[in-house]
Amino acid sequence: MTNDKVFSKSRRNALKTLGLGAAATTLPLWARYAQAGTAEPIKVGFQAHKTGIGAAYGRWYERTTMAAAKKINDEGGINGRALEIVIEDDGTDPKRGAEVVEKFATRHNVDVGFGTLFSHVVIGSAPRAGELKLPYFVVSEGHHVASGMLNRHTLQPCITDVKSQVAAMAPFVANNLGKKVTMIFPDFAFGHDHRDFFSAAIEAQGGEVVAKIAIPPTESSFTKYFPKIPRNTDVIYHVMVGPAVLTFVKEMGEFFGPSRPEIFGFIDSLEAVDINSPGLEFLEGTYFWEGHPRYAQANQTEYDKAYRAGVGVDNTGASISDSKDIATYAHMFGCWETLHTIKAGMEAAGYQSTADRSKLIEAVEAMTDMPEGFAHPQGAKLFNGKTHQVFGHQYITKVSGGRLNLAHTTSIEDTFYPDEVDYTKQSF
Amino acid sequence: MTDMTKSLSLHLGLIALLLSLNWLLPSYHHGNLARIMVLAIYAIGYNVAFGYTGLLSLGHAMFFAAGMYGMALTVRHLGWSPAPALIAGILSGFVLSVIVGLLALRTSGVAFMIVTLMFAQSVFLIILYFTEYTRGDEGFVIQQAQRVMGGIDLSEAHNRYLAALLGFGVCLMLTWFLVGHPFGKTLIAIRENEERARMLGYNVYLHKLGAVVISGTISATAGALYGLLFGYAGATFATVQYSIFPLLWVLLGGAGTLLGPFVGTLFMFYLIDFTSEITTAYMLVAGVALVLLTLFAPQGFMGELRKRALGWLP
Repeated sequence: MTNDKVFSKSRRNALKTLGLGAAATTLPLWARYAQAGTAEPIKVGFQAHKTGIGAAYGRWYERTTMAAAKKINDEGGINGRALEIVIEDDGTDPKRGAEVVEKFATRHNVDVGFGTLFSHVVIGSAPRAGELKLPYFVVSEGHHVASGMLNRHTLQPCITDVKSQVAAMAPFVANNLGKKVTMIFPDFAFGHDHRDFFSAAIEAQGGEVVAKIAIPPTESSFTKYFPKIPRNTDVIYHVMVGPAVLTFVKEMGEFFGPSRPEIFGFIDSLEAVDINSPGLEFLEGTYFWEGHPRYAQANQTEYDKAYRAGVGVDNTGASISDSKDIATYAHMFGCWETLHTIKAGMEAAGYQSTADRSKLIEAVEAMTDMPEGFAHPQGAKLFNGKTHQVFGHQYITKVSGGRLNLAHTTSIEDTFYPDEVDYTKQSF
Repeated sequence: MTDMTKSLSLHLGLIALLLSLNWLLPSYHHGNLARIMVLAIYAIGYNVAFGYTGLLSLGHAMFFAAGMYGMALTVRHLGWSPAPALIAGILSGFVLSVIVGLLALRTSGVAFMIVTLMFAQSVFLIILYFTEYTRGDEGFVIQQAQRVMGGIDLSEAHNRYLAALLGFGVCLMLTWFLVGHPFGKTLIAIRENEERARMLGYNVYLHKLGAVVISGTISATAGALYGLLFGYAGATFATVQYSIFPLLWVLLGGAGTLLGPFVGTLFMFYLIDFTSEITTAYMLVAGVALVLLTLFAPQGFMGELRKRALGWLP
């Protein structure tokens, strides 16, 4: 566990010893904190995938979270109180995840839990969050929240879920790439979600899935699957994950050679991977879903510029300090935005202590429009308080000259689907 | 006081101590101990096969998962209430352990380890293959309303703790009875010298099969209880690491001792909980602890205690 107070006691003590000039520069911030009813910080428990399969994501989720916390504290904190991030490693494991949530609630006494990405960790942890009455803000993109599987204490206010992401891709694929689609996906829940949601969405666009090729999760070579791709395929839709993706792309390139169908994939498999890595040359000219474009685009907003600068990411999506350290850019904005939403919710609820947790949840449930801005650099969003799920723009980029260039931005409406739950009817 | 009386007093005393802690512990440790007791049941099950019979399995996660899914799937798809679902989970582990025992016990030593590992991997892949029903790697939630047994909400902290203690106490005392019974003593004889036990006329195969079935069924009880008390079932619990955990717990606590599984689980839980606050290499710390223990206390905590001071410990 790491306690990372941007304004820790030791720093305050150090500041006291500084000269008047230095003190004057920090005085407005002190003054703002002094107005709060309590000097205690707002504590946000960050459930981090520091180890395990999600470690690459976890590293960048942590950097983004700390950058957002710094920004929030620099701007006066939350309700006049400093924001403190309490980090615990969940090992990307649902059992440890549930233990971490318990630790947040009963040992660290945090105000909210936050930041979980991997679906199995969310699903394993959320029951305990609900039982412990701990508001649990996840950044997972799983459909588990909006499906109604979880509880009123679990919210996903700043990253869209896989169902809306997939559905929003269908119009672009059908209208620009082709109507006969072969899907290649891992043969477990994540892949099945893509299979089911996209099949329905492409049919609604007048297209069809001509083959569904499920790859067993233990597979390390894919050559035997490519002959199963029907000859009339217009588009290959792939959503492979894990380290085998590099082999998958290389073998797919060797199979098709220069003549291939259109190819569309989800960037999830290549998050934290340089698109110019050896073996990925075959991706040139193919398309990707991105939650937030990794490469700074021609129409880059000032919000994206500020966000990149805050987190320490350059215009190619790499760390400013190490060009080989590629960000999980398509997802990590969710941490930045969720922390700002927690702040907005606490301020709307007049949040003072853990006794106000229900008020916080009600305040977030009451949110609807989230305009694009410094708090929401990925784009505008629309939050559905009933399903605890946000909806927002999706980005489709094309690999061109070793860059991911924006080809299409969906509307928020493209991502809508009927409500499957109304959490506001559940009691606290 | 006879050795048996001392032993009985010690084990019942531990259960009484754990009962009293229900009202004394702060909520953080209270929640931890409930979880530790359920995991200790798993370790107790593993200890029957490994500690008392000398069967080193690398696939016990399949029994834990069988119990968990046997319980959870009947709740999710058949709408069963917790009590019959719990029994379904335990029976699932029983049936699986009979099948695995019949086949795997045709091998021994390293081959037994590999065969159990392969069976466990098969169970894991079956869970993924039937994702439509199991939700595969993601798993699924067992809702709070589905965890009310006879009017008792098992998601409530004290009820959960007491249910975990009940399960732990029953399994602990069952194994206490087992190791004092001629059947248990025969298992120990098989562990010490299988050929001699065979020469003396014992049916080694049947005894080993009995040990695997008891071990698997207790492990399945732990899995079913875990899902019921903590509201989640997922394929992660069928992965290799969940086969390795009980081995570590038992080695640390003392293989072939009744209290070793509990002590080892308790130690390892807090070791990971504490060291993960300091470093991401907390499993390395756990590994170093295990190496040190192997070097300086090869029989584990309780094993060393038995060797040095309490020779009557079962």
